[in-house]
Amino acid sequence: MVENRPWLTLLTHLVLLAGVLVVAFPVYLAFVASTHTSGDFFRGLVPLLPGPHLLENYGRMLTVGISTAGAPPLWIMLTNSLIIAVIIAVGKIIISLLSAYAIVFFKFPFRLLAFWIIFITLMLPVEVRIIPTFAVVANLGLLNSYLGLTLPLIASATATFLFRQFFLTIPDELMEAARVDGAGPMKFFRDILLPLSRTNIAALFVILFIYGWVQYLWPLLVTTDSRYYTVVMGIKRLAATADAEPQWHLVMAAVMLAMLPPVLIVIFMQRLFVKGLVETEK
Amino acid sequence: MQAKRTIFPNKLLPYLLLAPQLAVTLVFFIWPAAQAVKSSFEREDPFGFRTTFIWFENYQRLFADPGYVNALWVTGVFAISVTLFSMSLSLVLAVAVNRVLRTNRIYTTLLVWPYAVAPVVVGILWWFMFNPTIGIAPYLLRGLGIGWNHRVNGEQAMLLVIIAASWKQISYNFLFFVAGLQSVPQSLSEAAAIDGAGPMKRFWTIIFPLLSPTSFFLLIVNINYAMFDTFGIIDATTSGGPGQATNILVYKVYADGFLGLNIGSSAAQSVVLMLIVIALTVVQFRYVERRVQY
Repeated sequence: MVENRPWLTLLTHLVLLAGVLVVAFPVYLAFVASTHTSGDFFRGLVPLLPGPHLLENYGRMLTVGISTAGAPPLWIMLTNSLIIAVIIAVGKIIISLLSAYAIVFFKFPFRLLAFWIIFITLMLPVEVRIIPTFAVVANLGLLNSYLGLTLPLIASATATFLFRQFFLTIPDELMEAARVDGAGPMKFFRDILLPLSRTNIAALFVILFIYGWVQYLWPLLVTTDSRYYTVVMGIKRLAATADAEPQWHLVMAAVMLAMLPPVLIVIFMQRLFVKGLVETEK
Repeated sequence: MQAKRTIFPNKLLPYLLLAPQLAVTLVFFIWPAAQAVKSSFEREDPFGFRTTFIWFENYQRLFADPGYVNALWVTGVFAISVTLFSMSLSLVLAVAVNRVLRTNRIYTTLLVWPYAVAPVVVGILWWFMFNPTIGIAPYLLRGLGIGWNHRVNGEQAMLLVIIAASWKQISYNFLFFVAGLQSVPQSLSEAAAIDGAGPMKRFWTIIFPLLSPTSFFLLIVNINYAMFDTFGIIDATTSGGPGQATNILVYKVYADGFLGLNIGSSAAQSVVLMLIVIALTVVQFRYVERRVQY
């Protein structure tokens, strides 16, 4: 610091603590609610300290769920979310790596056109083309399937751009040397380019996994069979019933479990997460 | 468009490499978007037997419909409020974190995780806090003499969705502001301090102007976020209600198309939204192209 101003340092810490409090409080309340029984809500206010029913509520949601809500037990929905998030992240990374490689390391007719077709996906978020996209998926018979849940979200302009930027920084000499040594294009890709992109791939995986995990509108449209529910969309069904018949403690247990995996990833992979985020969005 | 000076002489391979990305893009992006544009110029009879080409009638109706004009207005208020609210809060937090060098890792960790919470879960968290029956916020507000019920009061419903959407976005803006602040040379601040400029003056005359590229980038990203990524928040808290008070454009496309089955109008709405995204993307990329050096 430039100079020492104790009052300013104190104020800084107060601002930060207030920020942390605001950020954490809604989740704290949800956690507290998830450790009580439904009877504890009848006094008209949520309890403010944790109760003793944590294991009971979480265990019940994981294995049984709320039967009246028409949603399966949480472990099924959590598994679905995991499968879908991994397919989306891995799929996006693979097709983006391949197409960025083609665009940067080859010259061929229609290269610019291909680039623009990929670029245009940036302008077509699923929210603005829901009905026709739904029609396409329905016509292909992909409703209620992992393919239908993931394929329409898998094209990624940002990941392609990220890899393109990165490939452009790789010195030409590297490829010349590989060619002199007799390496073909796929060998160069596998033995030189992929190892060099390792951190980029890992950072991107963190971001894309979260992207897949938090999807809501698309799973809501393409799944009617509860075997394919993801946890994020299933929770909305649970919440709708909680308003009619007070089961907030169970719903909040589900909310906590749905939040935990991506939040833990952000906390433990913070370095990769920040790298992925800042680079993909630039 | 750049490429390497040396390239692989191969005719077929690049097409094979591009095939998966292009196939997904054409089938799930370009084709549906073209369909949306096509049906925005058509009317389907109630039984779906016949479609007639009707030029711009869907659009004319759309902009003559008070419900749609209301949604435009609501979206504007929502997007601008969320952007200003979350950006100013996260700037304050980022400046604070940048000042306490030793502890900033801990604070950063405690502040960034809402990024990973799904919008619909964010909605449920805040809906729970502001639940008129058992929520803690209405309880506290009653103590202050304010009656809270976002189910009947449109302004309160709007406030609720703005708070919830901003809460989620603070972590994102915070990270970018921290990155921006760390690229401001320390020597500038030090020189100004030697010349006698206090912390506030240094912030407004040196640091803040240097942050303007980051701020501009975040402005576009935040408007984009508020318009398109907040579907889950709206759906979980207010479902567009009460009486259309929080019915943003993205939610209306869904409600009119899927629940109301009004395909022509919903398609026209989609096209309007696409034009908005195109405008935002173009602005963002013109700016990025200018700044990024290869």
